[in-house]
This record gives sequence, C-alpha cells and structure tokens, in this order.
Amino acid sequence: MDIADSFAELAIPQQSTRAGIYHYDAYDRAFLQERIAEFRGQVERRLAGALTEDEFKPLRLMNGLYLQLHAYMLRCAVPYGILSSQQMRQFAHVARTYDRGYGHFTTRQNLQFNWIKLVEAPDALAALAEADLHAIQTSGNCIRNVTTDEYAGAAADESVDPRVYAEILRQWSTLHPEFSFLPRKFKIAITGAAVDRAAIQVHDIGLAVKRDAEGRIGFEVWVGGGLGRVPVIGNKIRDWLGEDDFLAYMEAVLRVYNALGGRENIHKARIKILLRDVGPAKFTEMVEREFSWIPKEKFRIDPEVIAAIRAHFDPPPFAVLPNAAATLAQQVAANAAFAAWVEHNTHPHKQPGYVSAVISLKPIGGVPGDASADQMDAVADLADRYSFDEVRVSHIQNLVLPHVRQDELFEVWQALATLDLATPNIGTVTDIIACPGLDYCSLANARAIPVAQNLSERFRSLERQYDIGQLFLNISGCINACGHHHVAHIGILGVDKKGEEFYQITLGGSATNDAAIGDIVGAALSYDKVVDAVETIIQTYLGLRTSAAEKFIDAYRRVGMAPFKDALYAVA
Amino acid sequence: MQAKVKAKGAAQPLVITANRLGDGRVVWLAGASLGAEGQWSERVADAAIFLGDAADAGMAVAAKAEAAQMVVGAYVVEVAATPAGPAPLRSRERFRADGPSILTAAAA
Repeated sequence: MDIADSFAELAIPQQSTRAGIYHYDAYDRAFLQERIAEFRGQVERRLAGALTEDEFKPLRLMNGLYLQLHAYMLRCAVPYGILSSQQMRQFAHVARTYDRGYGHFTTRQNLQFNWIKLVEAPDALAALAEADLHAIQTSGNCIRNVTTDEYAGAAADESVDPRVYAEILRQWSTLHPEFSFLPRKFKIAITGAAVDRAAIQVHDIGLAVKRDAEGRIGFEVWVGGGLGRVPVIGNKIRDWLGEDDFLAYMEAVLRVYNALGGRENIHKARIKILLRDVGPAKFTEMVEREFSWIPKEKFRIDPEVIAAIRAHFDPPPFAVLPNAAATLAQQVAANAAFAAWVEHNTHPHKQPGYVSAVISLKPIGGVPGDASADQMDAVADLADRYSFDEVRVSHIQNLVLPHVRQDELFEVWQALATLDLATPNIGTVTDIIACPGLDYCSLANARAIPVAQNLSERFRSLERQYDIGQLFLNISGCINACGHHHVAHIGILGVDKKGEEFYQITLGGSATNDAAIGDIVGAALSYDKVVDAVETIIQTYLGLRTSAAEKFIDAYRRVGMAPFKDALYAVA
Repeated sequence: MQAKVKAKGAAQPLVITANRLGDGRVVWLAGASLGAEGQWSERVADAAIFLGDAADAGMAVAAKAEAAQMVVGAYVVEVAATPAGPAPLRSRERFRADGPSILTAAAA
C-alpha cells in the first residue's frame, strides 16, 4: 500500500460534488498531510531552539505564516477564488478556534487570519486540510495563487472557462522544483471573458483564454505587468498560443525569468524589471527561442487529462428555466431596496434563468474584505441552498454566489440583508479595496482600513453613490500596493513622513481592458485631509462631467489632471 | 534603526520591543536587570527606558531572550518619556503598542 492509499482511508469528508471546484484525490490529501507533519516538526524544532529564526523564517513563509505587527498571520490559499460551502465553513471554524472570529479576504482572492499563534499554526493547517485547504505558495519567491474572474464558468460574456487552465497552472506550479526559488514572487491571472475582471495586464503573466474562428482554444499572453514600487502595464508577447503549447510556453517564460531575473536587489527582481531592462522585443525573442527548443510533447497535456480536469468544472445541474424577467420586474417594482441591489450586485449569467449575486463585504463604515465566522457560516448556508454549494472570492474583496436562480434572488437578498451583507454598492465609491495597512501589516507605512471606513461614511448616501456612478477607489498602506491603488480611478497610497502617516493620491488608473497606471496628483496629504481631498476630487468631477452618463474615468481622460490638481491644491 | 537612534544623541529615550515567539504578540523589555533574558511585558507602559547608548545593553539582553526562544525580532524604538510611561514617537510603533485602531468584523 502506498502512502496515497493509506491516506485514502482517512475519514476526510468529501467535498460537494455540485460545487465547481477541483476535487482532491487521495494523492492530494496525502501530500497535504505530509506537508503539515513536516511543518509541525519544523515548528517544534524552532520552539526548542534547534532552528534559528533565520533558518525558520523561510520554512514558515512556505506555509503561509507571516509575522506581522501584532501576531502571526496565516494566509490561506483559495485557488482561483473558488470555495465550496464546506470550505467556507471550515474557514469559519478556523477563525473561531485559532483566531479572533473573523478573516480578511484579499486582492489575491485568498483569506488571511490575523491572530494566529505559532504554537497552534500546525493545528490550524490540519483543520484547513480537513476541507482540502492549505497555505502553500501564499508566500515566498514562487508562483503564487493563480487568480481569475470571480464569475468564471458563469459569466454571460465568457467564451472559455478559465478555471480549467487555472487548475492546470496550479498543478503545474505546485512545488515545481525549478520555480520554487525564483528571483522574486510570481503572479499569474487568467480570464476567459470579454471584460477583464482579473486585471491580467498588471500581472507577471496575464492570460486571456479565447477561441479562434474554428473554435480552437488558445491564449493571449501578457508578460511583465505589475504594481508595487514600479507599476507597469504588461506587454502582449503572444496574440495566440495554442492549447497544446500552453505549459511549454509558460515554462519558457519562467525559465527566461529564472535565468536572467535580478537576484541581488529585491526591488529589481520582478520580471517587469527584466522586461524593462532588455526591452519587450528582446525579451519576447528570448522566450520564443527557449520555447523553440523545449520538447513540446513533454509539456503537452493529454486531452484525456484536460477532459478529466474540465469534468471538475462541469456546469452544476441547472434547472431548465426561462429568464424570470416578469417575476423580477414585479419584485423590483415593489421594493426599491431590492431594485438597487439587483441593479448593482448582480451579474448576467450564461444559463437562462440564473444570475450571479455579489455579496458586498463593504458595509458602510466596515472593514473592506473582512467577514466574521458567523457571516462565513451564513454565506455557506446560502450557497448550499441557492448556489450549488459554491462561493467565489473576488479580487475586489467581495464574495459571489455564482449560480442563483433569478426566481430565488429575492429570498437571497432578504437573507443577506439580515446578515448586513446586502449593501448595494458594487462598483461605487464605497466598494473600496483596502489592504490591512498599518493596523496589521509589518511592511505598511500608514493605515488603509480607517481611511476606507471614513470615506465609506462620508459617501454613505446611496443616492449620492449612484449619482457619482462607477468609481473604483483603492487604498494601499505602502508602496507594495496590495490594495492595487495604482489601477484605481482614485488611488490612495500611504507613505511615511518622519514617522507620521501621509497619503499620496493618484487619478486615472484602471485594472481592466483599458488598463492604466494612475497619475500622482501632487504632494502627499496628512491622514485628516484625505477624506476631504477625495470629496474635492469627486465634486470637481461632478462639476465638469458632460452628463451623468460620463463616468469618472472617462471625464478624467477627457480633461486630464489639471482641474483636479487645481481644485485640490488651490491656494485660498 | 540603531545608527539613526545613535545620531539623536545620548538624551534620546529609547525602549526595546520584539514579538513573543510562541504567539507573535508585541512585547516590551521591561526589566533588563531581572534575569539574563530580561522581563517582557505586553504593555508599553512597563517598558524600561534607556538613554542613548545605554540601549546597547538592553539589546544584549534582548539577544539572549532571542537565543532562549522567548522573543523574535528585537529592536530599539524612540519614545517620549511621559508621566504615563514611554510613548513611541513614530506612528508605526504607536500602533504596535496600542493594537489595531479599528473595530474588527467580529467585534463590530
């Protein structure tokens, strides 16, 4: 009996067969158990003094365990942002048992626990493994959790389901011996929809999976995008990469980066710096040369294997339904609050009669991305009842019930409202991305969360939010840009000035098909000036837009920085 | 950090902080003379104040505490000596001393 067989006998509960997640087999589970046992031994040796902190730190980071300002933080992977309801319940269990009853969903579609104890970390990981969850490759200079569209497999505008390829990338990159010690961390995003909701142009590799005129599957490949200290939009190095060559080409990109990426200066080690230094044309040439001599057959995935992976993501057993337009119209007409939620918090589904429902984790004055254990349990219950046991995490730090019957949408909304999870603000100025900032993070220069809370309170009026229209406002507590401030319409970056919190404001960024890096407006502002500054920017926009239909980003692109800068820094 | 502090001169009040190894909590060196590894308190008000280069002796105690697996990542923090005890000068250290400035989802 091999180890996989022995672990297959463990009484680990089976995942729902309805949820569109990758279902672990005995081999996967055995691997996780081995990994936890290994880490448990490492923790014991650290506590006994057999390992120094310098020796132990890379080992704990490989298991997602960071030491932050106030405690250890455990970053748990949510592969491409998809959870079964059972997994969500297990997060709730870990939050209650090993943390302080809540967790924080991140822009990498992961979940972080802020108050983990080192002595209990192996037990927390063991609890996660009971639901096929782990924290591997959520830190370190490896290929991180692959992210994708939160509506993958559901969106009406999707041409190819990206989850299949995200899962292939996950299996390919997990403990990849050649790519476990890259020059720096490496982030991949993939979308299969017309609208890029995965921010592929600001990733180390961004992939758009699509079909050609003959229906064949291929990929558009973007490389060298990124945020952080050197924000840059990636370069498209392939307009079409056939499915057969998918992994071989990924190998080629990673090999070039692994061989030539800088290793002496941490701030110049990402692939975007290599691309900048050699130039996109030369970089592309090097990748194509590497690709040319890779034995393609070695990396070609057997169609049967792809089919087997695709089977994990087969559509759930949808009912054959007409679109419930009449029912919904009646409910919307009768209830203004429900109407607002339907308008802002739902997304068109490819299956007639269904819709995706967004659960806002941005209640007015709340902590963006935080969910209590009770809320996690409640969302899991709703997923069981209304969405085929499935929940998604968005990189905007919200949750999604991907497959809700339109004729049950009203019930879902009512249930969410009782949980304070029905704020109808998706895409508005209060749907703020915020990193943990200086309230938790050891790298941060300034707080992000209370800035978000204060802005949320200032713009709490839904009438006002809707008048302002679509506006993405993101906040990072330091230049590492976990809050994606560079690609926000209004970005806020926390900086340190002589030990005090200051904030730099950028305008005009975008994370989608028209990706752009925001422009710095001017000198950084003190903490108590930020909310008023955003108010001034928005009032300026409202005053100069051509009509209510002209979005903030479009108005900014039309008029440029000057009117906003003048308004913000005008001398009385 | 150390060099920057020394540049402030002998009169700059300093305290020493670290995270406790077992649970990561913020701790402050409270009694350097009490035992080789010192005593560590979760309250910044209990922190022992060193003036200028005297912090080197405190850091030596902290190094022993690190070697004894009590704490991790010890370093020196500039403070103002107030009647209520040491008050960190930099915002980062104030938040380490006081904890998150926000209500959490569970507490809200």
